[in-house]
Amino acid sequence: MIGSPDVVAFAKEDEYGQTSPDLWPLPEEFSVPLYPLADSNPWAKTSYAKFTKDFILISEFSEQVGPQPLLTIPDDPKVCGTFDLNYFSLRIMSVDYQASFVGHPPGTGYPRLSFVEDSRVVLGDSKEGAFAYVHHLTLYDLEARGFVRPFCMAYVAADEKKIMLQFQELSLRFSQASECLKAGNRRAFAKELQRKLRDLEYTHSVLQREEGLQREAGPQSMYSAHAVEKANELANVEKSIFEHRDLLKQISSYHRRPRRDPHAVTCQKCVDECLSECEELLNKYAKIAYPCGYGEKAGKGEGHPRGQGEDDDEEEEGVKRKLSYTPQLIKAKSAKCFDKRLKTLQELCDKTFYEATVELLKETERSFRGDLCYLYTRRLDKALQRKQRVTTFLFEEDLNDDDEDELGTLRPFCAVNHAVDNYVLLNPPPIVLAPEPHELDALERPEHLDPASETSITLESELGLGESHLESSPSDQTLETQESSEETKGSFSSDKSGVGLAEIQQSLVSMKSEAPDPDPDSDLTPDPNHNLERESSSEEMETTAGEDEGENGGDQTPMSLLEVVSELEANREEECEGVSGSELLVPIDTACCMVQEGFLYEASAPEAVPHLCQNSHLQPSQTLVVNQEPQALLPLQDDYTVGSPCSESPATGLELPSGLLGDAVSRTSAEDGSDCTMSASTGSDQTASPLGYGALVTLRQRKKAGQGALRFVRQYPFAIQALWCLLSGRTLVVLGADEGRVRRLVAALALFVPAPGKCGERVQAWLSCPFTLTDLQRWKLIGLQRVASPLGSSMLYSLSRYSRYISILDADHKTLRCPPYRGQLLANIADHRTYIRRGSTYFLHLQSTLCHLAAKAFLFTFTHHLHLPVSSTEGLEVVESRRRCFLQEQLGLSEEDSQILLYLSQLITQQYLQPTGSSAAAPSFSFNYTTSILYKI
Amino acid sequence: MEAVIGRCIHWGHERMDMVSNNTLKSPVLCIGEEQPKNCFTELQVLKGHFDIVRFLVQIDDFRCASAGDDGLVLVWNVETGERLQELRGHSQQITAITTITCKNEVTLNTSLITASSDRSLSLWDPDTGNRVQTISDLHSSVKCLLVLERLCVWLSGGEELCVWNRDFQLQCQRPNHSDTGITALIELPKNYIAAAMDKKIMIYSLTVSADSSVSVAEIRCLSDHQDQIRALINVNDGFFASGSHMGELILWNATEWNLLAYEHILWEESQAYNQTEIRMGAPKPSEMSIQHLTTNGNLILAAVGSGLYVYSIQTRSVVAYRKVAHDSNVLHTMLLSDSELMSCSEDGSVRMWEIQDLPLPAEPASSGFFGMWSFGRSNKQSGPPSKKVIDIPNIRMLELTGDLIGHSGAVQMFVSFKEKGLVTCSADHLLILWKNGERQSRLRSLALFQKLEERGGL
Repeated sequence: MIGSPDVVAFAKEDEYGQTSPDLWPLPEEFSVPLYPLADSNPWAKTSYAKFTKDFILISEFSEQVGPQPLLTIPDDPKVCGTFDLNYFSLRIMSVDYQASFVGHPPGTGYPRLSFVEDSRVVLGDSKEGAFAYVHHLTLYDLEARGFVRPFCMAYVAADEKKIMLQFQELSLRFSQASECLKAGNRRAFAKELQRKLRDLEYTHSVLQREEGLQREAGPQSMYSAHAVEKANELANVEKSIFEHRDLLKQISSYHRRPRRDPHAVTCQKCVDECLSECEELLNKYAKIAYPCGYGEKAGKGEGHPRGQGEDDDEEEEGVKRKLSYTPQLIKAKSAKCFDKRLKTLQELCDKTFYEATVELLKETERSFRGDLCYLYTRRLDKALQRKQRVTTFLFEEDLNDDDEDELGTLRPFCAVNHAVDNYVLLNPPPIVLAPEPHELDALERPEHLDPASETSITLESELGLGESHLESSPSDQTLETQESSEETKGSFSSDKSGVGLAEIQQSLVSMKSEAPDPDPDSDLTPDPNHNLERESSSEEMETTAGEDEGENGGDQTPMSLLEVVSELEANREEECEGVSGSELLVPIDTACCMVQEGFLYEASAPEAVPHLCQNSHLQPSQTLVVNQEPQALLPLQDDYTVGSPCSESPATGLELPSGLLGDAVSRTSAEDGSDCTMSASTGSDQTASPLGYGALVTLRQRKKAGQGALRFVRQYPFAIQALWCLLSGRTLVVLGADEGRVRRLVAALALFVPAPGKCGERVQAWLSCPFTLTDLQRWKLIGLQRVASPLGSSMLYSLSRYSRYISILDADHKTLRCPPYRGQLLANIADHRTYIRRGSTYFLHLQSTLCHLAAKAFLFTFTHHLHLPVSSTEGLEVVESRRRCFLQEQLGLSEEDSQILLYLSQLITQQYLQPTGSSAAAPSFSFNYTTSILYKI
Repeated sequence: MEAVIGRCIHWGHERMDMVSNNTLKSPVLCIGEEQPKNCFTELQVLKGHFDIVRFLVQIDDFRCASAGDDGLVLVWNVETGERLQELRGHSQQITAITTITCKNEVTLNTSLITASSDRSLSLWDPDTGNRVQTISDLHSSVKCLLVLERLCVWLSGGEELCVWNRDFQLQCQRPNHSDTGITALIELPKNYIAAAMDKKIMIYSLTVSADSSVSVAEIRCLSDHQDQIRALINVNDGFFASGSHMGELILWNATEWNLLAYEHILWEESQAYNQTEIRMGAPKPSEMSIQHLTTNGNLILAAVGSGLYVYSIQTRSVVAYRKVAHDSNVLHTMLLSDSELMSCSEDGSVRMWEIQDLPLPAEPASSGFFGMWSFGRSNKQSGPPSKKVIDIPNIRMLELTGDLIGHSGAVQMFVSFKEKGLVTCSADHLLILWKNGERQSRLRSLALFQKLEERGGL
């Protein structure tokens, strides 16, 4: 792991290190203050937050009760702690910009649906210690005022900077979620309209019939009060029908309308589906354009009350459900606003869409776990890893290959899971974690100088807070800095509902530029309308955040906006001239890294849980002993369980004593490095199996294994020899009677297996049959059951027979039989007097050492003259001696250490020659003939 | 921390009892894991067979074919370990396989002839995997094949001796009187053929008349062997040799067909040893059966029971021997040079030996000896076991230089591709390709830099 904290901490420039301008300067987040002030607690800023970790809050502005929280993700009351969700909902809903006009605009006969784009705001409450990215959206509800229901989704964190710097990513993910919700909502809304129309038409027909009866009754009653009332009612219903039909038309034209929101994410398939559905509806109701025409029809179909609806229903897919619906008479007067029950969010959206959204948000929450430094490191790490494919397979966890084929292309998204080819690929926003002064200067200055470029100003005064506004760019993204005597709020709004011609054009342009262009370098070659804005807005966020810090809490000093601006500019100039490097982030393609973080956390863990329970019921009846774990056969991975409380009989091949799992789990929360500052408990995802090889090996599992590895190193004085065996490619057999112990050891030692494979294919955690040469070739680390039976003796026979190829770690007698190792290379990862106490720390330490090794192996592998003669006259001995010289003198490796490098080099070579490993030839297995010695504690 | 040096694994009470009795009864021949002279430091396991793999033939300098009881013939690329062809057609086990080379045009074209228990013979093209010719419904299954390139014919031996031309047309046929049929065929000078059947060696003459019809005539019957003949080989132009089940090794004149030397290899059995032995007291015939003979023209290497026996043709005497070279019967041997040899055995290992001069003080002759002249049971090993030993002052030692362990069943056969490696086949259905790790690593590096160049960078 390239960016492990070990490296970071020591790489910080000290006072002597000024001389060399670093090409890869350390971002500010990583810097360790040289002389920390005695009273300054680096976590002070977040320490008074009333919640323990970040969460996502969905709130709505209910027309009946005002702002109210709906749900949180994760849906765990512990997450929010004492944090007042109601109050916070009030806060976040109050900054809604949506001053859009609803109802009858002048000059039109029918109510208009307002097509409002989402808006994105960052706001903070320093008193509460909460900062939030707030994503406002509106959903349609026929019964709501103006047909709209305002909602918002907020990512709430204690660290303002985290939100600021992750704005683009947050915005992207929430846009996805929002689009998903809205798509579902449109569908539901159309259905509701349809139902309403049917009701209205039914009512209409009834009224018409009544009127007809009256007309027949005679002219005298034509003008009676009753008749007039009926006529009015009829007219009202007719009007209502027209209105609703128009609404239906409007909602179906939703997709034809240009999107102004540059961040809008759409799935083409969903759009098409929606469109066709709406078309269908439209066609259907266009038929009954004239009430009299309908009347005829209704007259015909008098016998059955559903009338017209039925014929059409049969054409629809959801026939069954709709058939059961009986049109109802619509009362002339609608119910009072406060009498009716408002639809819930689930009702407002189609069920599938709602669930997909929640899933998406959950994933978002997962991927943003941990503090900024951690996220940033991960991202850097991955970006670098991607460039190091030649060696990353050795020790790094697997990056999901499927998702990164096209660099810079966002993982095609549709929450409802449509086929991949339907997606509009979009260009992910560049993640700018630190300002880029040069570009910004060019961008920002003219805007500030030229007030004419400001197109509109949004005012926010709902709560009467002091406010001031800055239109930072001609874009639709606005930086708003609100100051009050007590709070500082950085508020960042990205959209407005105000419709200006210029803006529409602009958004059209940005749509064009956005949709089909998966160019990963777009942040380097900015699109004039689009990307620049993004960068500039990111910049704004960054500086705002910086500002707050600079003010030492920042909440006491009210500062006028102009001051802020001028200060920002001054800062920038300063940066340009002087500290050219230190604040700069080298533009790397980190954007693409962000997508898959969710996977890395819990690739398959949640699925494993129910299966575990299920299996535990089955197992007592199953007496068969599975001898080998179904390695690499992913569909089969559920066939074994890791510890179930039900059956503890040791004979049942693959079980782990239940205590073990619990043990491991309880340890994890303390060890888990991913949530360094914020997490005390990580909730339900703890169920991830500690030894889940056979499935994708996740980082989390590897970190857990780090603890085991650390324990191994501290416990066994011959750990260094064992590690050397693994690293030099000699198969290590862990022999033991107790499955749990063996599995734990194997899981810990698996960290040291070079190129373990995506699913740990080269590790066999538990084997209870004699192994063959092929097994040795396939597995580099084997957990072997020691049994006292004929089978056991044949196993021991195979052990002794193949003893030249293997090292044997006897977990019961605590012995290790392997060739002697006298090198120094591994001393720092196998020091049993190490001061490292935490597994995750050890894991990172280990990763940095292994990374170092991999780098050396890379160098060795690709240095031509170390392997091949330079000239034709040169003999093999010359090359050989040159190689030895390189290894021993230049790399300073002893004989045994060289073997590690040779083995790694061999792996790299093989990987390079056959990246897929799908060669027709059998894999080769290298070894050497050396005497083993037996180590005892 | 305490390091204990030990060559064998100590598992407390769990000794490896499974190790065959042979190991326990005889002084364990253990070279240990330090084998500096063993250059085979890389292996590839070749899978594909479903039953015992019994035969390996070299097709050219990079291909070999394997055949076994599953009736399959597989063609392998020895350099890469790839399976090139799968020759399917025989329904029963393969009993004999040989290559036949046609130089019709400019190119040398090597084909494979296989014989199977399903009483058929097939000709295969190893390049395409096609069965070019096939003959089925033979009267009996063929046990051995002999190709006479010079005469453009080939012979099959079984219960009858048949001569075929290249187009698989039967040229002539000669029924056999013995029950066991012909088990081995060799070519002798002047168009003569020697065929081993049971205890006799028949000499046939092959005459090709003007109309290119071939006839076979029985010339002589050599019946000096007391037991069934197990091995029959050509030594050089002047000699051929045969070995029998009871350990008789006879060197024959190839032109006169007379007996030149008779050696009865009978491992000396110490009585005391026999008594402790759980098995029967008398040496089992299989312990002195000559399983395999091989020669390089100067030396004859005989696999006798689980031992090895090197016989010099010039001195007509034993050069070196090892009574217990393997834990079980030796199945195949090879002389790599005048001093290096290799053997494989039912115990699943391949061993490499070096013929070394004895250290000057006369080595106390080891427990084994050959008993033609000395049936004396001499427990006293340093004593004068026989005059023969004294007669042969230049007896040397067979020193184990390395072993290859990988197969879990009897190693049936091996073929050496010189520096490209060694292919072994075994009863565990596997073939193993043993290679020199350094050479392979060099080749891989070469390939790496070639690919790097092709790609123009990483």
